[in-house]
Amino acid sequence: MPDSTPVTGFTAADAVPDESDRRETTGEAPGSVGLVTTQQVQLFDATHPLGLASGNTLTEVTVAYETYGTLNATRDNAVFICHALTGDAHAAGYHAGDSKPGWWDNLIGPGKPVDTDRFFVICPNLLGGCQGTTGPASRNPETGVSYGLDFPLLQMADFVTVHRALLAHLGIDRLLAAVGGSLGGMQVLQWALSAPEQVRNAVIVAASSRLTAQNIAFSAVARQAIIRDQGFHGGRYLEEGTLPETGLRIARMMAHITYLSEEAMSEKFGRRLQDAEIPRHGFGVDFAVESYLDHQGEKFLNRFDALSYLYLTRVMDYFDPFADPAATAAVARSDSRFLVMSFDSDWRFNTEHSRQIVRTLERAGCAVSFREISSAWGHDSFLLADPIYHATIEAFLDRAAEEAR
Amino acid sequence: MTARRTTELRTDLTLVAEHITPGSRVLDLGCGSGSLLHYLIHQRGCQGTGVEIDDAKVVAAIRAGVSVIELDLNTQLGEFADDSYDTVVLSRTLQAIRYPAQVLQHMGRIASRCIVSVPNFGQWRNRLALISGHMPISRDLPWQWYDSPNVRYTTLKDLETFFDTSGFRIDERIPLNSDGEPLGLTRRNPNLFAGSAIYVLTADPTRDWSRTRAH
Repeated sequence: MPDSTPVTGFTAADAVPDESDRRETTGEAPGSVGLVTTQQVQLFDATHPLGLASGNTLTEVTVAYETYGTLNATRDNAVFICHALTGDAHAAGYHAGDSKPGWWDNLIGPGKPVDTDRFFVICPNLLGGCQGTTGPASRNPETGVSYGLDFPLLQMADFVTVHRALLAHLGIDRLLAAVGGSLGGMQVLQWALSAPEQVRNAVIVAASSRLTAQNIAFSAVARQAIIRDQGFHGGRYLEEGTLPETGLRIARMMAHITYLSEEAMSEKFGRRLQDAEIPRHGFGVDFAVESYLDHQGEKFLNRFDALSYLYLTRVMDYFDPFADPAATAAVARSDSRFLVMSFDSDWRFNTEHSRQIVRTLERAGCAVSFREISSAWGHDSFLLADPIYHATIEAFLDRAAEEAR
Repeated sequence: MTARRTTELRTDLTLVAEHITPGSRVLDLGCGSGSLLHYLIHQRGCQGTGVEIDDAKVVAAIRAGVSVIELDLNTQLGEFADDSYDTVVLSRTLQAIRYPAQVLQHMGRIASRCIVSVPNFGQWRNRLALISGHMPISRDLPWQWYDSPNVRYTTLKDLETFFDTSGFRIDERIPLNSDGEPLGLTRRNPNLFAGSAIYVLTADPTRDWSRTRAH
């Protein structure tokens, strides 16, 4: 399993050093789900292929997932976690030998807001990903080599289709809640709109129902960096034995800038020099922020696939569920409840993105709660343990659990 | 947890609830921890949304199963669509609002029926306090002048003029004593005897309320 901590950007460990230091030395924090392993299951095959929203099919789909806690006898305590762009199935606990926990370990565990003493928590790697679930780098059963750009374009609904197949595999009809941040929140929104009877409670954090031109522009430049890299070879780089390293690295570095607020960057790095007393006045890495971005880019190469980056960012660009005026018809008739949250320093998906979701749902007559959380850390705030943020999720899920009884 | 879940409602909120049609859609501005909406949803079959900005109260409302949207009443009521609710409630909140006229305009736009309750600065106790040279402190106005969340003080008389010029008809006025109970014999002179009052208002249907939406 590759390094599993970063999800979209820098992680809790980067921003809250005291907490992560403690975990790294003790190996296990209080309230941890402990040692966990990622499982894999083949959910679609040639006899039961996956039908995509585009009309295309995939004849082999394997999904990597983790679960924490215990499914109760009535099978109604399941909480589904949807991860963000570069996340994975390892949301909580520790893999054997790892010093860092899963990417949302501060939220998920015994006594935590997503309380594994009460909830059965499921977190898969999404379709098109590269951390154990079928994606464009997977082997195409028709050709015997990786799909590359022959992999069909995906839509948000396709992620949900596969999530639902995983639920069916686990014998679960209805979720107590689905929870996700950023792209994860977008999956939760899509799921609640298209199958509201399955999502009683939806927690959508730092997400969007419609990317702005600026959002799409950032993704476009990231994709161009990858596609124009000499090592990309039209998407056949795995066969060629190359990697679009420079492109993927630049894509990641640029994305990282958008995940942090200016204030957070100033506080974390300022104009500090990385390892010199006086400026070198060259083009190498001199400032601490340059070193940080360089490090993030480097780490990313070891754990993420360039094709997945193309496919998953493109899904976000086209996502626009409320363009269909009937999008809210089903969910407005359901009992589903929403909790939508944004962070005031997030400029990747600023509060207006969340307000758009809230406005649309509220006007359709849905039960929706909204909070804008004050946090200095930008988009990545959703991965951090802000007490007000976590208390709000906890209150929402406590009520959900109580209602389910 | 039990306190939040009780169906017992503060007396003045019970009076507000009595003026809300069962099964209707209610927007409660300044909903606190959501007790009125919780009652209306569970006892009266209403659908409701609350608006609140106090952190602990928002969490309490969410915990109680009340949908609450965190926003600033002064600047963000444009989030709600024209005629999207049957009743808008503004309970003991008007006095803490910086731009009450704009808030009333939005209320009239969002629902044709509005219920507003306000502490009465003209009550005799408050008048006595002023005559003796002090700012009034009472159960309805419990803060020192320097730490009060209230920024607007009105007598019921001036308030009624304000409702009128804002385009509202007063359907009912319920003057309350300091315990939040309806006044007895003294109700004939509410401006002197009421600690607060609840007003049931109808937005003038001939007025173009949607003009306020842009704000």
